[in-house]
Amino acid sequence: MLTETAAVDQLHLHVDQSGGQTVMRAVGAWVAESAAVIETEFGLVLGHGAPLPAEHHAILDLSRIEKLDTYGALLITSAVERMRTRGGTLEVLNVPTLFASLLQTVGSAWQEPPPPAAQVSIVANVLDRSRSGIVGAGRDLLVLLDMLGATAHALAAVVARPATFRSTSTVHHLDRVGLQALPIVLLITILIGGIIAQQGFFHFRKFGADEYVVDMVGILVLREIGVLIVAIMVAGRSGSSYTAELGSMKMREEIDALRTMGLDPVAVLILPRVIALVIALPILAFLGSMSALLGGGLVAWLYAGMSPEIFIARLKEAITLTHFQVGIIKAPFMALVIGIVACAEGLKVKGSSESLGLQTTASVVKAIFLVIVLDGLFAIFFASIGM
Amino acid sequence: MIQETLAPAIRVRDVVVGFGQRVVLAGVSLDVARGEILGFVGGSGSGKSVLLRTIIGLLPKRSGTIEIDGIDLERATAEQTLALERRTGVLFQHGALFSSLTARENIGFAIREHLRLSEQMIDDIAIMKLAMVGIKRKDVDKYPAELSGGMTKRVALARALALDPEILFLDEPTSGLDPISAGEFDVLLRTLQQTLGLTVFMVTHDLETLNAVCDRVAVLADGRIAALGTVVEVKHSNHPWARAYFAGRRAQSLAARLATATA
Repeated sequence: MLTETAAVDQLHLHVDQSGGQTVMRAVGAWVAESAAVIETEFGLVLGHGAPLPAEHHAILDLSRIEKLDTYGALLITSAVERMRTRGGTLEVLNVPTLFASLLQTVGSAWQEPPPPAAQVSIVANVLDRSRSGIVGAGRDLLVLLDMLGATAHALAAVVARPATFRSTSTVHHLDRVGLQALPIVLLITILIGGIIAQQGFFHFRKFGADEYVVDMVGILVLREIGVLIVAIMVAGRSGSSYTAELGSMKMREEIDALRTMGLDPVAVLILPRVIALVIALPILAFLGSMSALLGGGLVAWLYAGMSPEIFIARLKEAITLTHFQVGIIKAPFMALVIGIVACAEGLKVKGSSESLGLQTTASVVKAIFLVIVLDGLFAIFFASIGM
Repeated sequence: MIQETLAPAIRVRDVVVGFGQRVVLAGVSLDVARGEILGFVGGSGSGKSVLLRTIIGLLPKRSGTIEIDGIDLERATAEQTLALERRTGVLFQHGALFSSLTARENIGFAIREHLRLSEQMIDDIAIMKLAMVGIKRKDVDKYPAELSGGMTKRVALARALALDPEILFLDEPTSGLDPISAGEFDVLLRTLQQTLGLTVFMVTHDLETLNAVCDRVAVLADGRIAALGTVVEVKHSNHPWARAYFAGRRAQSLAARLATATA
C-alpha cells in the first residue's frame, strides 16, 4: 500500500474516471526532464491511435501544475489537437495565469508534423536508383565534356593573347603536384619494381627462365605499370586536393566573386591547374619508371644474384624505344582526365561540408576509373597500329 | 523578488583575455541577475563576442573568475559541466548550424542527445520550436545551405532554445532579420523570459531590442565595462562612446518614431 502511494505521488497525471467522464489533473513539474514520462502517461490514458467512442470528452485540469516549460506546453497542446483530429475533445481548465501566455505561444506554434514518406517497395526502389544512376552517369559525362570544352576555350584565349597566361599560378601548382609529389612517387615505384622482379625470379626460376624476368620487368614497367601507378597516385594526391580547394572556394562564394569581377574562373583557377598536371605527370611517369627499373635491378642483384652489368645488358636487348613511347604518350592524356574530373567535381560542391567530402571521394574514384579505362583504350589502339 | 537574493546567474570578476601582445579584455567584472535580460553593446572589435565566448568557455582567460549558476567552469566536475551545458543555450553570430543536417534535425539533435523522448515527440518539439521563431513548415526539411541568412539565424535561435535553457547567450540575435521579424523576436524573448524565468546575456546592436527587452545594458569600451544600468541610465552616463551610441542620429530617429507612435 505504501509503495502504491509513492508511485501515485510520482505520477504527473491523476486520472478520475468516476463521473462517466475522464478528468485528468496535471501535477508537479511539466518540464523537459519529465516529458518522456508524461508522454507515456498521456498515451496510456488517452490511448493514442485507438479509435474513440463517439463524442469522447476529457478534461485536463492544470490548477496543480508547478512548473511548465515549452515541453510541457507542447504535450498539452499536442494532446488537445490530436484528440480533436480523432473526433473527441480535451478541455483544458484552470490554467495558472503565470503559464497562460506560454501555453498560448506554444498553441499558436503547433503544427502537425508532415507525415513520414510513404514506404516504397524494394523493386521500385532498386529500379528508381538504377534510373537515377544511369541519368547521373550521363549527366556526369556531359559535365566533363563541358569542362573539357571550357578549358580548351580558355586555352585558346591564352594562345591568342599569351600575356593573359597565369604563369605564377601555373608554376606554383607545378611545384605542388610535381616537385612535392616526387619523393613519394619514387619510393612507391621503386618498391613496385622490386616486387615485380622478386615475384618474377621466384616463379620463373622453376623452369629456368630467370633471364626473361628482365624482359618482363622492362616491358611491363615502361608500357603499363610505371605510368599507371603514377597516374593513380596523382589522382589520389593532387586530384583530391584540387577538388577540395575548388569546392571550398565554391562554398565560400569565392568563385562567384571572381565572376562578378569579370574574370573567368576557368582561366584563373582551372587552366593553370590542368596545365601543371599535364606537364608534371609525364615527368613523374618517366622518373617513376626509371625508379621502378632501378628497384627491379636491385632485387635482381641482391635477391637473384644477377650482376648489374648483366641486368643492364639484358635490358638493352629486351626493350626498345617503342616500349618507352607507348608508356609516356599516355601520361599527358591521363593528366588531362585527372585534372578535368577533379575540377569539375570541385565546382559541383554545394553548401554543406558533407557535399565537399562526397565530391572529393567522387573525384578520386572517377579519375582512377577513367585513367584505367583510358589505359585499356590505348592498349587496343597501340595493338592495332602494331606498336 | 526572492530570486534577486540568490547568487547571480552569471558572475564575472576581473577577467583578462588577450591574444599574443594584444589585451582585449582588461579586467571585466559583471553580474547578471537571475531572470534578467542584459544587453551588451560596444564598438566593432571591442571584444563583446570575446567576452561571450570566454564566459561559455570557448576561449581561455589569463586571469579572473567566471561563475555560471555559482559554478566555476574551471573547477567543475564533468557532471557539473554537462548539467550546466544542458541548462545553457548559445546562439552563435553566424548560426553555426550543422550543415549535413536539415533544420528539423538540427533542433532534434540536441534533444535526442539529452532527453529520452519518442521520435514523434522530438519531431513535434522541433517543428514547434521552428514555428515559434517563424520558420514555416515547408522549410523545416531544408538544409542550412538552402536557407536564407535571416532563416539561418532563426533556426539557430530555435536550436539555442531547443532544450529550454535557463541561461541563454545570444550573439547578435536580430542582425540579419527584417525589422518585423526582429520585433517578433523581441516579443518572443520577453514571453519566454517571463514564463520560464530565462536569464539572457545578449550581445546586440539593435537599439529597438535594447529599448524593448533589455532590463539593463552594459557598455564595453577599452577592455572594460564603461557603463552599466538601464537604457535611460546608460544614455545619460558620462562615457562619450555610450552617449554617442544612444544619442546618435539612428537613436534619435528611433526616439522620434517612438514618440509619434505613443502620441
